[in-house]
Amino acid sequence: MIELEGVSKIYQMGGRPLYALRDVTETIESGDYVAVMGPSGSGKSTLLNVVGCLDRPDEGRYRLDGRDVGSLSDEELSRLRSRTLGFVFQTFHLIPRLTAAENVAHPMIFAGVPRAERAGRVARALEAVGLADRADHRPSELSGGERQRVAIARATIMQPRVMLADEPTGNLDSAAGRQVMELLESLRSQGRTLVTVTHDPEVARRAERVLWMRDGAIARRLRGRDLAQAGLPAGPPGPP
Amino acid sequence: MTAVDLLATAFGAVRGHRVRTGLSLLGVAIGVAAVLVLTALGEGARRYVEGQFSALGSNLLALLPGKNETTGAFPGVGGVPNDLTLDDARALSRLPQVRLLAPIVVGNETVSHRERSRQVSVMGATPELLEVRELAVRLGRFLPVEDPKRGSPVIVLGVDLAGELFPGQNPVGRVVRVGDWRMRVVGVLESRGTQLGMDMDDVALVPVATAMQLFNRSSLFRVLIQTHAYAELDATCEKALEVITERHGEEDVTCITQDSVVSSLSSILRVLTLAVAGIAAISLSVAGIGIMNLMLVSVSERTAEVGLLKAVGAARRQILALFLAEAVLLATGGGLFGLGVGATAVGVIAYLYPAFPVAIPGWALAAALGLAIAVGALFGVLPARRAARLEPAVALAGR
Repeated sequence: MIELEGVSKIYQMGGRPLYALRDVTETIESGDYVAVMGPSGSGKSTLLNVVGCLDRPDEGRYRLDGRDVGSLSDEELSRLRSRTLGFVFQTFHLIPRLTAAENVAHPMIFAGVPRAERAGRVARALEAVGLADRADHRPSELSGGERQRVAIARATIMQPRVMLADEPTGNLDSAAGRQVMELLESLRSQGRTLVTVTHDPEVARRAERVLWMRDGAIARRLRGRDLAQAGLPAGPPGPP
Repeated sequence: MTAVDLLATAFGAVRGHRVRTGLSLLGVAIGVAAVLVLTALGEGARRYVEGQFSALGSNLLALLPGKNETTGAFPGVGGVPNDLTLDDARALSRLPQVRLLAPIVVGNETVSHRERSRQVSVMGATPELLEVRELAVRLGRFLPVEDPKRGSPVIVLGVDLAGELFPGQNPVGRVVRVGDWRMRVVGVLESRGTQLGMDMDDVALVPVATAMQLFNRSSLFRVLIQTHAYAELDATCEKALEVITERHGEEDVTCITQDSVVSSLSSILRVLTLAVAGIAAISLSVAGIGIMNLMLVSVSERTAEVGLLKAVGAARRQILALFLAEAVLLATGGGLFGLGVGATAVGVIAYLYPAFPVAIPGWALAAALGLAIAVGALFGVLPARRAARLEPAVALAGR
């Protein structure tokens, strides 16, 4: 369970504080599927980074499964990122010199998974994203959709309970995007929590809940299936 | 993360950036090669000088008249109260520590044969000089064994002098003029080169008593004493001074051992070695700064990668270990490459200048490689520390 309590993230811009997140309080239950929407610069990615322990809030408290993340050491945070959280990025962030299989295996090296066990797990993970035949290709030899599927295989290799995706389809054509979203949703149906930042109302509509952000705060909360009636994607949301 | 994983991952990263890796290897290799070549030259100089000294013969001490080492060019002038005579030498030779004793007198004189003449150092000596100065005879024989006071008119020529006076001929048995004297050539020395400033190839040797008459000297220039053992040098010096003091009524001679000469020279060599080591250190630190630059570039290029490593669960310590392993791999690889280049360069120098005994001292090999690795590790890890401290989100954004 993800519990944010009065979380703020503040950057100094020309000596004046700029709130990337402003007093965000939100609870995401285990197994939930949440889409985060909002205009550019509204703090969507910052929210996801804080939830994914890639960034520290400047104010407020973040509890993950009941543990206060702010009090954890670097080692403990690494363990969380390794075993509890799986992150998928818009720009994939694959290491170009490594093959698909090596990219997928990377998290297991740091987690100390024995060498003998890795090959089997990599093969199964690539199989699950439909890229068993691309194992020895480098990212430059893969299409965008294939790259994102490799990234998803990497994010799931340590069997995390929470999947976080920052505009996972942002750099993909619609067909590849649909494939990627189906993959992520299938992961969620296996009991994982899924939080995705997206611009695409088609994607958001399928989520259980949608968080609409504006100026670093959650401006509206609605159910995914009500998104069409809310009229939000057409323009900035009006006051609730 | 196991050690095998660490090395494999670091090796993959090193192999994955060919240009950067190539430049790092080159930088370290040049530094290490420079250290090797410079220390080899320094070592060569040291060996060369040492070789010059050992050619003189060890276990050697010299007695000279006067209380100071620096008397005038002509002993007997300059406040020497008593001559150092052949009788003194005879008395000294009775000391049990003395193995060989060679009294000498030195002067300059013109040696001529018919129209050819040459101004050379003429040394008055006894047969013992042959062994004391480690000389050898090429033709004929050395100075005759006779009463040192007799002084027969015979002469032994240095090989260059013999060649100048008797080009293409055997001089043994011929007569040369030395100043106003006529002397019979009995032998020619083997080539010996320069011994401490005295060209033993361009010299003439005559019996000591002959030289004393020739130069009208009453005192010896020096008495060389070879002891049985190196350890007896100092004791022999004391005994010799006692003998002379007893005979002259005062201590009016000076005893120099090889040690005193070597120690003054070794201080010069120490400065030389320090200078060489300093130059070598500069070249290695330049290589170190090169590694640091490359590592800085590499880390800022790979800040996003560091962010990703953190995002997939690498701890700060693991990331540091990874970059450390990369830097050490680079430095070791470059160091080994540099050892090869340096050894080849030294080999070429040795081939081109066979007379100069260049050699890479063992400590230089170890120090150059060790320093390269230490420098690589230090300068490689410093930039990586910065990246590893960033929040993953910041690093991922590549800022």
